[in-house]
Order: sequence, then structure tokens, then C-alpha cells
Amino acid sequence: MSATTLATLVVAHRKSSRNKRLTSVFLILPLLIYTFVFFVLPISMMLYRAISNPEINDAFPRTVQALSKSTQRDQSIPDDSVFEALEQDFTLSVDLGLMGSAARRLNYENPGYRFLIMSTARHYRGKSPENKGSDSAKSRLITLDPNWGTVEFWRDFNNASHAYTPYYLLAALDLKKTDQGIEQVEPEKRVYTDMILKTLKIAFIVSLLCLLLGFPFAALMVRASKPMQMALLLAIMLPFWTSLLARTTAWIVVLQDKGIVNTLLMNLGLIEHPLPLIFNSFGVYIVMVHILLPFTVLPLYNVMKSIPPHYMRASSSLGAHPIRGFFRVYLPMTLTGIGSGTLLTFIVAAGYYVTPTLVGSAREQMLGYFIAFYTNTTINWGMASALGLVLIVCVMAIYLLAGRLVGIRQIAGLK
Amino acid sequence: MSSLFKKIALVSMISTGSGLAAANDLTVVAFGGSLQEAFEKTYFKPFEQSTGKKIVRDSYGGGLAKIKGMVEAGDPTWDVVQIEEADMELACEQGLLEEIKQSGAPNIADVVPENVASCGVGAIGWSEVMTYDDKKFGADGPKSWVDFWNVKKWPGKRGLRKQARMTLEIALLADGVAPADVYKVLGTKAGQDRAFAKMDELKPYIQWWETGAQPLEWLAAGNVTVTAAFNGRIAIANQQGSTFPLIWNQQIYGVDYWSIIKGSKNLEGSYALLNYMLSPQAQTNFAHTIPYGIVNRKALAELDAKTLDSLPSAPTHLKDAVHLDTAFWINYEEDLMNRFTNWASK
Repeated sequence: MSATTLATLVVAHRKSSRNKRLTSVFLILPLLIYTFVFFVLPISMMLYRAISNPEINDAFPRTVQALSKSTQRDQSIPDDSVFEALEQDFTLSVDLGLMGSAARRLNYENPGYRFLIMSTARHYRGKSPENKGSDSAKSRLITLDPNWGTVEFWRDFNNASHAYTPYYLLAALDLKKTDQGIEQVEPEKRVYTDMILKTLKIAFIVSLLCLLLGFPFAALMVRASKPMQMALLLAIMLPFWTSLLARTTAWIVVLQDKGIVNTLLMNLGLIEHPLPLIFNSFGVYIVMVHILLPFTVLPLYNVMKSIPPHYMRASSSLGAHPIRGFFRVYLPMTLTGIGSGTLLTFIVAAGYYVTPTLVGSAREQMLGYFIAFYTNTTINWGMASALGLVLIVCVMAIYLLAGRLVGIRQIAGLK
Repeated sequence: MSSLFKKIALVSMISTGSGLAAANDLTVVAFGGSLQEAFEKTYFKPFEQSTGKKIVRDSYGGGLAKIKGMVEAGDPTWDVVQIEEADMELACEQGLLEEIKQSGAPNIADVVPENVASCGVGAIGWSEVMTYDDKKFGADGPKSWVDFWNVKKWPGKRGLRKQARMTLEIALLADGVAPADVYKVLGTKAGQDRAFAKMDELKPYIQWWETGAQPLEWLAAGNVTVTAAFNGRIAIANQQGSTFPLIWNQQIYGVDYWSIIKGSKNLEGSYALLNYMLSPQAQTNFAHTIPYGIVNRKALAELDAKTLDSLPSAPTHLKDAVHLDTAFWINYEEDLMNRFTNWASK
């Protein structure tokens, strides 16, 4: 073969493989776009929202600028030039929405500032900036509301006026920034760290229970006859197809004090007083396990189905006791299913909040409850993002830890 | 009266993209359920019949996300909405609602002055009141929030709503604070400590509810013996055969509003509908249909004693009521909610 033909061949090969590569890129392009638009983008936006802090700058651009020029920052009340800028910001503001957002942002620093901003904004609304009295802007504002003349307010205003803030992320960990550095918030307001731990604990126990129930169930499904298999599959998938609220309400009917279970036990004479089965942690676990069982069973079933039955027969023909055979032969081969099923259950469970709210007591509140509260009720998306981020980081950490122990490829079902 | 169900309904509504209104029809949106049926019967349908105008109806779960979205997109498809007071205040500040002018709807002149806001006018009055298991306690039941705390005389679990708003007010009332002073006390650190200390006393007996239907179900099932509940929910349960008493004494009274979305293309029609809904006749019909408070003073004055007695806005019921202070809660909600959750989860 001459050198030229070889070269042509190499070129042709490169060309064809490039075409193949292009085709494959083209084929996965929709997926890439999808992942970017619906996964990478929202998560980056969430990251950004957790630290972005534009409200004060948007509503009070002149005041912030005047403050940065002023020499007596921090420890004292600013001079008159700052108050003049403040008056201008109030009178020239066309967008009341910006004022509202800034008022809300300042209120996070100290409840009450919102009223200060909004009442002052209403006072200045529609007044022309030229319409000044004889005294200074400073005294005019302080007469309007003495809070304008407090050191605390200007310290908080300064803190809240930077373009980025650690406020939300710190708050999500029950911390706050003070003049002395970073400190824990007052004991009666420490709520999130406990709640994160509780969320992870509930998710962990639920995944464990799902595994204990799901493992024999999946094994049974593999061995059962075809019609039986269908019946079992239906049983496990049924909760999937029922609405969340209907399912939860049904459990309340079954488990409450005068519910089916308690009435039955009392009529049988087994108990005298109804057992507390719902509106406590027991209720949360039983309902969550019911809902999340398919997430454990289906991956397990998939893996078990591919294990040839003669492996176990071989182990017993070689003299191993069935129990030994199970632990040495069968169990190791199902590890992939255990890993992926449990992890999937754990991740889904960590994001739950409606179910624990409806069937648990106040002790079973999960972090998702607060994320929904900040998103829908108070529209504090910075705080919602920060809490979401904390939850993601925790789940990621556990994912990586599990990856160390079991192997990432096994969890992903690649091996 | 925000609830979990409303939020779920909102999410599902956004995802299914309901509410396809033609561009120029007058669209009115309320909270759905039996309340919306009463609106339909006494407001929407008679309005269509008397004016010949067509109304498009829709329902939503409350909250500002959707209103904010359509106003910022510059193409509001809604015109008149039922809205909670706190949401109305927030939306008004952010410029999402039209300012209400009395010239547009002359009947506003007859509305109770506290129920006319710059961006809305009162739609319904509702309240959180006490009720109890009458089969267990008979006529000799608890009569005030102080009695609510008395678990010796009236044993059994207590139902309270799992949130700081309206619950801390109840705690202060139970501690002997006068209804008029509740928010003055709750605005101080010492007052907040006092409310939580009072809640500590009752803590082992409290069963927290989240949606308006729960306390009545629990009362019927015997899970709780005394509970706080929304007056409309108690009335519905009683229509279905229960006889739970409504203890109006020291009710927590709140108002939902009608507002017009900023940039509405049917400003004239919107005002015409508002005016119709606020007319004495329509208000009287509404009060006869469902026991929620009405706001027209003339209609209130003419109601028969029995109907009036079923409304939270009856003057005798309002005498010792705490009027829900939304301005207070917009300021303090996040702060107190944190403390409340922390306290409740211990």
C-alpha cells in the first residue's frame, strides 16, 4: 500500500468519524439544550438569587452614591448631603414597585423598616423636589419619622446596600453578620439547622424502611408467576397514580383515633384507648414509605431480574447454606439496585413537605415547607433560594459520600 | 384565608394553563368553591341579566405570582379579582392594582369606611372563631379564649392553625390582653415573649391544623374537643347536619377585597360590576346565601336578625373582635413565623 493511499484512507476515516461525531452531537443536542434551559439555568439563577441584593441600589441610587462619598460612614448618622439625596430618591421615584421591594429588603434587617420606607414614600409621593421648607433635609426627614435619625438604621441601610450579600446564605444556616463578625442568631430564632438535620433524618429513615420492605417485595416479584407479577406491580404502582391529597387523606381516615385501624383493634379488645397513629412521626413515616416505595422497588426489581437463578443453585450445590449463599452471592449482585433505589428515595424524600405537613405534628416539619413559605407567601425569593441551595448541597454531599462507599458508577447503574 | 390547598390549586392551574379569556370580555376571578357559587348566584349572573354584558369567570388560589406576571407582561387578562388584604396591600405598593375611585362605583359611599382601601373595596368579611364538640360539653361549653386554655374544665385536644398569624393574637387574648391592645403588645419583644409563654401552657394539648376543613373533620371525629376554625367552614359543617356552636366573642376578623388589575382593558365594565356587587340588594342576597360578612351599611341595617346573627360582620359580633392587622403582619410575618416554627418543633 503506497503512502498516498494510506494518507487518503486516514483522511477518509477522519472525515467519516467526524461525521459520526457530528451526528451524535446533533442527536443529543435537544437533550443538551433541555438540560441547560431546565436544569443549569434555573440552578444558576437560584445561586444568583441567593446572593444578589439589588433592591436598595435600585430604589435609592442617589442616596447610596452620596453615602459612598460621605466621609463619616458606619458609626454615625450621615450628613445633610445624604438626606438631600434621599429626599430626591423619594420625590423622583416613579416606580412604586421598586420602593416596595426596597422596603421589604430593609425589613429583613429589622422588622419595622418597611413601614418607615413606605410611609415616607407616601408622604413624598407627587411632591416636587423644589418644594422645600427653610430647614435642612435632615431635620425634615427626622421630624417626619425619628427612625431616620438613628445610628442603627444607617448601619442596617449600609449593610443592605451592597450589590451582593451573604445575608440569605448566613440566615439559612442560622447565622448573621454583626459588627463583631459572624454570630449565631438568637436561640429562639434558630430554626433552619435543626430543620435541615431533621429533614435528612426523616429522609434517611424513610429510605431505610423502603429498603427493608422493598427488597423482599422486589425479590418476590422476580420469582412470582406472570399474573401474580402484574398484581404485585399494580399494588406498588397504585399510589403513584393516585393524587397526593387523596392518598394522604385516605391515610388519615385509616389511622385517626376513630379510624379503621383503631376501631378494629378496640373492637377486638386488644387495646383500650386509641393508639396515636397519625399527626406524629409514625404517621409521617408510614405515609411517606407508602408513597416512595416504588422508587426503591423498581430499580431493585430491574437489577434482580437480570440475576440468573442458577447462581444461587450453584452456590447451594457447592455446599453453601442458603443464608450464606444469599449474603455471598445474591446480595452483592443487587448492590447496584440497592444503591440507586435508596439514593433515589432519599433524594425525593428530602424534598417532601406537603405530606409531613398534613399527617405529621409540628415536630415533623421539613425544610421544603419553608422554601414554599418564602416562595409563595412572603415572596422572599432570596431566602427561598438560599434554603434550596443548602438542601442541594446536603444531598450532593450524601450522594458523593455514597459514591465513595458504593461507587458512583454503581449508583448510576452503569456497572 | 390562604391555605395549602389554594397553593396546590394555583400550581396546578398555572401548569394546565386554564383561564383562556377572550381579550375584551370582562373577566372576574375569585377563590372558587362554595363561596364562588354564592358570588355566581347573587352577583355575576344577575349582573349579566340586568346589563346584558358578558362576564368570563375564573378562579385562582390567591397569591400574587400570577397577577405580578400578567401586569409585568403588559397584557392583563383578568379585570376584577378577589384578593386577600395583605396581598392587596403588597400589590398596591408594587403598582399591580388600579386605584379605586369612588366616582367609578357610587355605591362605595355606603361601604363601611374601614373596608375601602386605596386599591380595593371589601368583598367578604370572614373570621377565625372558637367552636367545640357540643355533644361532649352541651350548652355549658367554653365561651372565650381564656376558657380555650382551661383544659381541666373542658378536657381534650385543642385545634389551632399552624402559623403565627392569628394564633399569637389568640394567645394574647387568652392571657387577658384587651382586643384593642393586641397588636400594640405583639409589636414589642416583651409582648411576643408573653404570647409564646402563654402558648407553652397549652402546648401538649394542641393539634395543629393547616387547611380550613381539618378542624371540623377532627371535631366530628373526636380528635379535638375545642378548636379555632373559620366561620364559613363551621357554617358549612352545620348545614351538613352538625350543630357546632360559633363563639363570636373575641373573633379574629379579616376581610377579602375586590380589586381591579392594573391596566385592565375593561375599566368601565369593572367598575360597573363593582358597583353592582356593592348595591344593597345584591349584598342582601349574598348574605342570605352564604354566611360571610357584607360591607354595605344600608344592606347591613336592613338584614333580618337571624341572617345578621350568622355574619361575622354583625355589629354585636364585631364589638370585641380583633381586626386582623395586615400592616403589622407584613412587617413581622417572617420574623415571627421563624420563632413560631422553632417553638412548635421543640
